[in-house]
This record gives sequence, structure tokens and C-alpha cells, in this order.
Amino acid sequence: MESVYLGIVLAPLIGAIVAGLFGRQIGRAGAHWVTIVGVAISFLLSLVVFKHIVLDESAAFNGTVYTWMVSDGIRFEIGFLIDQLTALMILVVTFVSLMVHIYTIGYMHDDPGYQRFFSYISLFTFSMLMLVMANNFLQLFFGWEAVGLVSYLLIGFWYKRESAIYANLKAFLVNRVGDFGFLLGIAAIVVYFNSLDYADVFAAAPLMADMTVRIFAADEWNLLTVICILLFIGAMGKSAQVPLHVWLPDSMEGPTPISALIHAATMVTAGIFMVARMSPLYELSETALSVVLVIGAVTALSMGLLGLVQNDIKRVIAYSTLSQLGYMTVALGASAYAAGIFHLMTHAFFKALLFLAAGSVIIALHHEQDIRKMGGLKKYMPITYWCMLIGSLALIGFPGFSGFFSKDAIIEAVHASDITGAGFAYWCVLLGVFVTALYSFRMFFLVFHGPERIDPHAKAHLHESPAVVTVPLILLAIPSVIAGLLYAGPLLFQGFFGDSIVVRAEHDVLAQLGEGYTGALGFMLHGLMAAPFWLAMAGVGLAYYLYMVRPDLPEKLKQQFLWLYNLLDRKYGCDDFNDKVFAGGSRAAGRVLWKVGDVTLIDGVMVNGTAYGVGWLSGVVRVIQSGFLYHYAFAMIIGLLVLLSWFVFA
Amino acid sequence: MVSDLPLLSLIIWLPIVGGIVVLAASRGGNDNLVRKLALGVSVLTFVVSLPLYGAFDKGTAEMQFQEMATWIPAFNINYHLGIDGISMLLILLTTFTTVLVVISSWEVIKHKVAQYMAAFLIMEGAMNGVFAALDAALFYVFWEAMLIPMFLIIGIWGGARRVYAAIKFFLYTFLGSVFLLVAILYLFFQSDSFSILDYHALPLSMTEQVLLFLGFLLAFAVKVPMWPVHTWLPDAHVEAPTGGSVILAAIMLKLGAYGFVRFMLPITPDASSELDWLVITLSLIAIVYIALVALVQEDMKKLIAYSSIAHMGFVTLGFFVVFGIFDQTGNVQGAALGFEGAVVQLISHGFISGALFLCVGVMYDRLHSRQISDYGGVVNTMPTFAALMVLFAMANAGLPGTSGFVGEFMVILSAYKANFWLAFLAGTTLVLGAAYTLWMVKRVLFGEVKNEGVANLKDLNAREGVVLGSLAVLVLLLGIWPAPVVDVLHSAVDNLLQHVVISKL
Repeated sequence: MESVYLGIVLAPLIGAIVAGLFGRQIGRAGAHWVTIVGVAISFLLSLVVFKHIVLDESAAFNGTVYTWMVSDGIRFEIGFLIDQLTALMILVVTFVSLMVHIYTIGYMHDDPGYQRFFSYISLFTFSMLMLVMANNFLQLFFGWEAVGLVSYLLIGFWYKRESAIYANLKAFLVNRVGDFGFLLGIAAIVVYFNSLDYADVFAAAPLMADMTVRIFAADEWNLLTVICILLFIGAMGKSAQVPLHVWLPDSMEGPTPISALIHAATMVTAGIFMVARMSPLYELSETALSVVLVIGAVTALSMGLLGLVQNDIKRVIAYSTLSQLGYMTVALGASAYAAGIFHLMTHAFFKALLFLAAGSVIIALHHEQDIRKMGGLKKYMPITYWCMLIGSLALIGFPGFSGFFSKDAIIEAVHASDITGAGFAYWCVLLGVFVTALYSFRMFFLVFHGPERIDPHAKAHLHESPAVVTVPLILLAIPSVIAGLLYAGPLLFQGFFGDSIVVRAEHDVLAQLGEGYTGALGFMLHGLMAAPFWLAMAGVGLAYYLYMVRPDLPEKLKQQFLWLYNLLDRKYGCDDFNDKVFAGGSRAAGRVLWKVGDVTLIDGVMVNGTAYGVGWLSGVVRVIQSGFLYHYAFAMIIGLLVLLSWFVFA
Repeated sequence: MVSDLPLLSLIIWLPIVGGIVVLAASRGGNDNLVRKLALGVSVLTFVVSLPLYGAFDKGTAEMQFQEMATWIPAFNINYHLGIDGISMLLILLTTFTTVLVVISSWEVIKHKVAQYMAAFLIMEGAMNGVFAALDAALFYVFWEAMLIPMFLIIGIWGGARRVYAAIKFFLYTFLGSVFLLVAILYLFFQSDSFSILDYHALPLSMTEQVLLFLGFLLAFAVKVPMWPVHTWLPDAHVEAPTGGSVILAAIMLKLGAYGFVRFMLPITPDASSELDWLVITLSLIAIVYIALVALVQEDMKKLIAYSSIAHMGFVTLGFFVVFGIFDQTGNVQGAALGFEGAVVQLISHGFISGALFLCVGVMYDRLHSRQISDYGGVVNTMPTFAALMVLFAMANAGLPGTSGFVGEFMVILSAYKANFWLAFLAGTTLVLGAAYTLWMVKRVLFGEVKNEGVANLKDLNAREGVVLGSLAVLVLLLGIWPAPVVDVLHSAVDNLLQHVVISKL
């Protein structure tokens, strides 16, 4: 099987290299063929692995590919850990990536950077696969940073746009802030566990559960709490949790396929995946779990609210991504890792679907992204319409759709959890359901229903997108509907993940829920009577009322609650704060240190000051060397007098 | 056997003699011949230096390829050469970089070509001499000898303020060297020997060690350079021609760091242990303060120069974490990681900063400006160049998979072992390093074509492509598989670390 694992990562890498370096030689078709074939191979091999690990229940694989280096007795390696968690992740990643590759042929059809784009998205697939297949922290960090790099390249893909190159720098730096914490977490692991291998660290973790370390002067901190929180800071960067969420909405500057692949379905899930992978560590620190829970809950609700005031179709979906990532994080905090990963999977399908459907609308309207300039598109784009509807229903958790199962499981799990912060988190995720439905269907109605507000010029060419666009939509719509029905039971309650996820008995909320589980149908019936369903319906209803029945109302509400609107429109002031305090502060500090420290003090006073001092001193001394004999004679007499008087009187 | 040849002497004297031949050949007035000759000499030297790696014995901490001859018997001064893993890598870096510099200057330098090439070749010999010398007097001779060609390179082929920069460079480093000379003379009077290896074993009182330590610190800190004796570097870089900047950044800064390894740590271990806070504080200032200064630079070369200082902070930090770890745990477990990381950082920084200076050179040759504000949208007209420069920028920002990551990663891991806050402050480079490098990339490479000059840029020619391309390969190779570099260090580093924690008192 080892060659299969290698093949999974290498096929997209080779595609990326060929398309990147020889794009000119192989041409546009060559570039998309070589990368699509690469990712397709990867996808097929992932199916093989899934069958091998999950269906045949073979033992997990944990092996080294090569030794990166050995220093100080610590082996730094590149290696794979293939267990149920990995098998599921690679399947999701390669499937969504394959859909996005195919879709890109249509979406980027006229773009001069066609080959470059295919090279990047294949490189991204490779990076993400390295991340999820890692069996050690070095490779995890490698994949972690590599997806950050590709994200940087892709957000700035249209490098002529000032907003795009601002957004990609911002994304990279905000991610780097997270990575800073992540790296310190890894350093702590190396220092205390003396190994980078997951297996070694997980095995030793229970023995370290009570160990404390000093960070600030005298306070004793639990070691695992410190490690888990540091690692989670990294997850906050990648998975865009408050307050490191600021990069994700801006990342919509990249082409839409990338928004679907990176900023919805895969890269942003890296943090969720990482915490689930580290469950043996997180389970040992309730403090860390509480932090995760609260941060996730704040993100889930506050970012959803921002989605209400966006007018850019992609930004609405982007804020919904932020909010849904919050749900996943909440699941992790409640120790319902399986529910978090399940939501990750369903979300990957329906969010990729939503983004690609939005992309289909955008190209149909010649790169118009403002939902106020859409409306009534249903009759022009029926396939896109139905796909978007499926995606939206899955997103709001309509019973039967995939999102229903995963989101309901999370809400129930938080409800059942009794760790600190669970009560708060429960209300956040519950309210979030209403907000999600409201912004989703606000967008949906504004885009597809109601009066046409389309630019007449664009309307002339308006038609459904070509098959390379719609086929991936349909292929993504299928799992968006059925993934929940099929997998809710196994993934949530029937021990799908085996040993790959560890939950301590007293945290195991999913096991509690599982006791009452009677199959997907029972789950659905139960859902129909529970609060989330009615909240979602209320949200849809309100959206219908506000935007279809009384379209004058939103404007009135806006005027009525202008302060609230402004708060949301300014995104709670996070961007302004970061711009002024962090970016501005660093530049100001740099300028002061440079102008005052380097130029004035060191160079001015010390270096050139010394030179001037020497010059001045020699000027003074030169005066004495007048060349007149009587000056010297006079000096000698004075000297003689002083010496004599010293001898006589001392 | 190749290893029976006096390889070290060859790599010192071949370029020096070659340089003289190049000078002599210039009488014909044929610049192309001169260039080919210089290239031949530098390539030959590089080839001769390769067996140093191939025949190197990783299993021993003894000096290898030793050569010994009496030079001035009256003072017990010997022509004694030998290398360990650390100096071997630095020598390879020197011989390789010199080849690149010769190629990169090919048609850029039109004025006094022979003198220019000869200066680099002679400097190469002197620098190899510094890395190979095991006799302190010999070391000092080479140490001073290499100043002269660099002084001339900045002063003759430099930019507008070249005279100020050249004199500042010379006086600054010369001031440091004087302290080195005093320290060496003192050691001679104590031991009646100029052998550096004898000094390692020489017992010294705490007062003596502290004074020697301070002398070494001044001498080497200027070269590294460490804050606050770093201000010569931005000026020297800005004024130096591209080749000069490359050698300055890639090799000359490493000589200061090498001094810490060869002199300061082994000769004054107790003072180093006592005063480690001083070096560590200065290193952290370099990493944080200098990074902030780099952020606001408007001149690309200055920005990269400041970035060099910040990156060298990791080197000195990596060298000195051993004492903190020893105080914490009573052994040196974990220190070798930092120390080896520091050496990897030396090599990697040689590639990356060299490459970045070459990138600036490529643009400067076309538009004759180093100001960031004169560029914008270069990627539109120079896509290949832009791709390479983004790669080097990412490496400078320490992205995993590039060489820039390896050393910083190792040093941060090791620093955590000594103290969480050391790692914390060092780790800020993740954000700051990315900020200043990528902000420059954004303003220079991306965006709409900013002006007429940028619109008329021509992408890399074959010569530039070879130079930058080979560096790109090395940056990636070292990032993907650093083992070949790290493996040759183990014996020397373990031996040194064992040595420095044993008191000489």
C-alpha cells in the first residue's frame, strides 16, 4: 500500500510541476489534462485507501517515507499515518479538488494565467494531502505552511488588482500570526516529549497530564493546556476563528474556484482536522477544550451576523464559511470530534457547491458579484438554481439534507456537554441557525427570485453555464443531499473513526446521543420537532418576508438601527483595529527605531560622532602646534614652573 | 587519492594566484579573455573544493585535511590548516558563491574588469584561508587580507556614496580586528603558541576570560554584524556593486559567526557562560528591532541588508542557547539542535541573501534604481524573474520546504528548551520576516505596471537565469532534505558543546 500512499501525494505534485514549469510548452489543454489526471489518480487511489482502511478494516499504516534529518537524537521525518480519519479526509480533499479542477476549465476559460492557475490548485492539493497524511508534527507544519503559501499565491492570482495583492499579503500575515503560536506549540512538544512523532507524543501524553510549566514568573500552568492552546492558535489562523478570522472574507479576491477549494472546503478545515487529530492531547486538558468551545461559539454567531449585511455574493458565502467553521470548532470543544469532522465533510460538499454555483452566476453575469444587481435568475439558469437551492438547504440544516445531520449533531452534543462554556456555546449555535437561514435565503431570494435588476448589457448574453461548470455542480449536489443520510450513523455513533480519535468517557457526548439513536430516519423525525428546525424555518420565512413580500422593509430597518448596521458593516471594527494598531504600530515602531535608534544615536552620535570628535580634537591640538618658537619656549617655561612647584610643595 | 593532495592549500592559493594571472592578462586589453579566465579559476577552485565533502569523515571531531609547515619559527607561528564540518561547509559556500559572482558580473562590469575579477578571486582565497587556518597568526593575516579587496570593490565599483561606505566599512571592521589582535597576542604570551587548538585547552582565569571574551565579541560582533555595531552593513550593501553585496552577505558575515565557533566559545567557555545573556539579548534585539527597521526601508538593498542582520540573530542565538539549557537541565541535550540550526542558517542565509541581492542587481542593471517606489508590477514584464524572486522571498520568510525554514526552526526549538520567552521573541520572525519581505514583494513585483521603465523591462537572460536558477535549486534542496548538511556537523558540534560546558577555571 505504501506506493499507493506515495502516489496520492505525488500525482498532484507532478501535475503542478509540469503545468507550472512547462505551461507554455504543453499549452492550455495540456495543463488542464496533466493536472486533472493527476488529481483524478489521487482520487481513485484515495478510494482504494478508503476501501482498504475503512471497509476492509485493515490496520492503520504508520511509516516513514524518508528521514529529513537527525539532530540531537531527534528524528525529523516525512511519513504517513493512514487511519480512518486520514482516509476520510483524503477522500473529501481529492473529490472536491477534482470537481474544482474540472469546473476551472470553464470558469477560467478566458484567463491568460490558465496554466498557472492549474499548477497552483494542484500544488494546493498536494500540500493539503501532505498535511492530512502526516504522521509527525514537522510534516504537519510543512503542509500547514504550504497551504498558506498556495493560498497567498491564489488570492493574489490577479496580481494587477490592488485589492487582491492587499488581501493575499493580509491573509499570509494573519495566518503567520497563527503559525507563530503553532510553532511554539510544536517547540513545546519537542522540548517535553523529545519527539515529533504523533505516536510517541500520544503515547506519552497521559503520563504528562499533571506536569506543570512556568510561563509567567510564578504561575504554574498545565503543560498540556499550554501546548493545546498554542496549537489551537495555529488552528485559529487557518480555520479563521475570531480574532484571526479577518483574512478569510478578503480572500474572496481570488478566483471563485479557489474560494470553493481553499477557502471553504479544504485549507480552512486544516485547523479542525488538526484538533481532531490531536484529540489524545486535547482530551487531557479541559481548559483547552473550553477555550476551543468558546472561541468557536463566538465565531459561529458573530460571523453569521456579518453575513446579513454583505452584498457581494461571495462574501455572503464567505461569512457563512466562517460561521460554519465556528460550528465545527464548537464540536471539537465539546469533544464531539466525530461530529466536527462530519460537519467538515458535509460542509466541504455543500460549501464547494454553493461557491461554484455562485461562480456560475458570476460568469453568467460577466463578473458581476453584487446581489443587488441580480434577481430573477431562476428562469435563465435552472441547473445553477437547483444546485444553489440544494446547497442552501444543506447549509441551513433542512432535515434530510447532509448539513442537517452534522449540524444537529453538533447542537445536540453541545447541549449534552457539561464543560465550562457549554451553556454559552449552546445558545450561540442555536441562534446561529436562525441567522444562517436568514442570510442564506436573503441571498438566494435576491439572486434567483424577485424582479430582475440585471445590467441590460449582461442580460443580452445571459444563459446557463456550460457542462464543465454544471457537471461538477451536479456531482457536488449529490453528496450534499445524501451524505448525511448515508454516513450520519456510522460516522457519529458507530465508531467509524476507531482509534484515530480518542475521547475520554466522561466527555463522550456523542456516546450519550448515540444511546437514543435509531437510524437516520428517526434522527430526522426528531429533528422536525426540535428547536433548530423551527429556527431555521423562521429564518427562511423572515428572509422571504423581508426580501420578497416587503422589499422596502430592509432599508427602513437599516435606517432604524443604523448603529447596528454600521457595526456589522465595519465588521466590528476588527480590520480598522488591526490596520491602525498592528500594521500602523509596527511601521511606526520601525520608523522610530530606524530614525532615532540607527540613524541618530548609533550612526549620528557613536559612529560619525566619534569621527567628528577626533576631527574636533585634532583641530584643538593643531592650534598648539603653531610653529612659533616663542610659543613653545613659553609652554616649556610654564611646564617647568608647574613641575618645580609640585616638587617643592608636595 | 584526492585527499592526499593539499586540498586546503589549493583552494586558498589557486584563486589568489589566479587573481594575479587575471591581472597580468588584462594587459592585452581583452576583457572577454579576462572574464573567461576568472570563470575558469573560480570553477576550478569550486571543483577542487568538492572532495572536501566527498572525502570528509563524519565520524570524527578531529580536524581533517590538516596541513602543517613551519612559517616563523621564532614566534612558533605555523602554516597550519585543517577543517571540521562547520568550516568545510563554509568553504564550499565560498567557492560556490564566487563562481556565481563571477558569472553575475559578466557584462554588468565594464570598467576595470580584470581588477574587479581579481579582487574577488583574491578575496576568495583569503576567505578560504580564514576558514581553514588553525594558526591564530595565519588566521589574522587572512582575516585582514580579505578586507582590502572588499574595500576596493566598494570604493571603486560602488554607488554614489561609495567612499563614505567603503571607509565606514573598513574602519568599523578594522576597529574590531584590533581587539582580535590584542586577544591573540595575549593568548600567545600565555601559551607560547599560536595554535588555535592549543588555546582551546588553555586554562584561563575568569578575569582573563571575560576580557578575552569582550575582545572577541567586539571583533566578531562587528562582522556578524550584531546590534549596535551593525550600521556599516546597510551602507556597505547599498553602495557595493551586486557582486560585492553577494559576497558580503553570503560569506563575509559568516566569518564573524565562525569566529564565535573557533575562538570565543572554546577559548572562553566560562566567560561565555557567564555573559551568555549579553549575546542572547543582542541576538533578540537583532531579530525583533532590526526586523521592525527592515519593515520601513525604502531601498531594496537596505531592506535586505537589515533582513540579513535579523537572520544572523538566529545564528548567534543558536550558538549561545547551550548555556541556558545546561543551567536548566544539567546537560547539553537539545543544545546541538540549536547549534546545528545556527550553522544551517549560515549556509541557507548565504543562498537566500545572495539570491535576493542578485535579484535586486538584476533590476538595478535595467532601471538603475534600488528604490521600492520606482518599481511596481514587475511581474507583468518579467514573469520568470518574479517567480524566482517570490521563491527567494518565501525562503527569506522561512517557509518550510525552503532552506530558510530549517535553521530558524531548529534554533526556535532549541531556544524553547532554554526558555519559553526566547522562543517567543525569536518566533516573532514568522510574522515580521514575512511582513517586511512580502510587503516589498507586493510593492515591487505585483500590481499594475507602474511606469515606463517597468513597462520596458526584459525578463532574465540565460546568464541570470543560470545564476538564480541554481540558487533556487539549492534553496529547495536544502529545505526538502537538509540531512546531507546536518550530518557532517554532528561530530564537531557535539565535541564543541561538550567542551564549552566544562569549566576552564
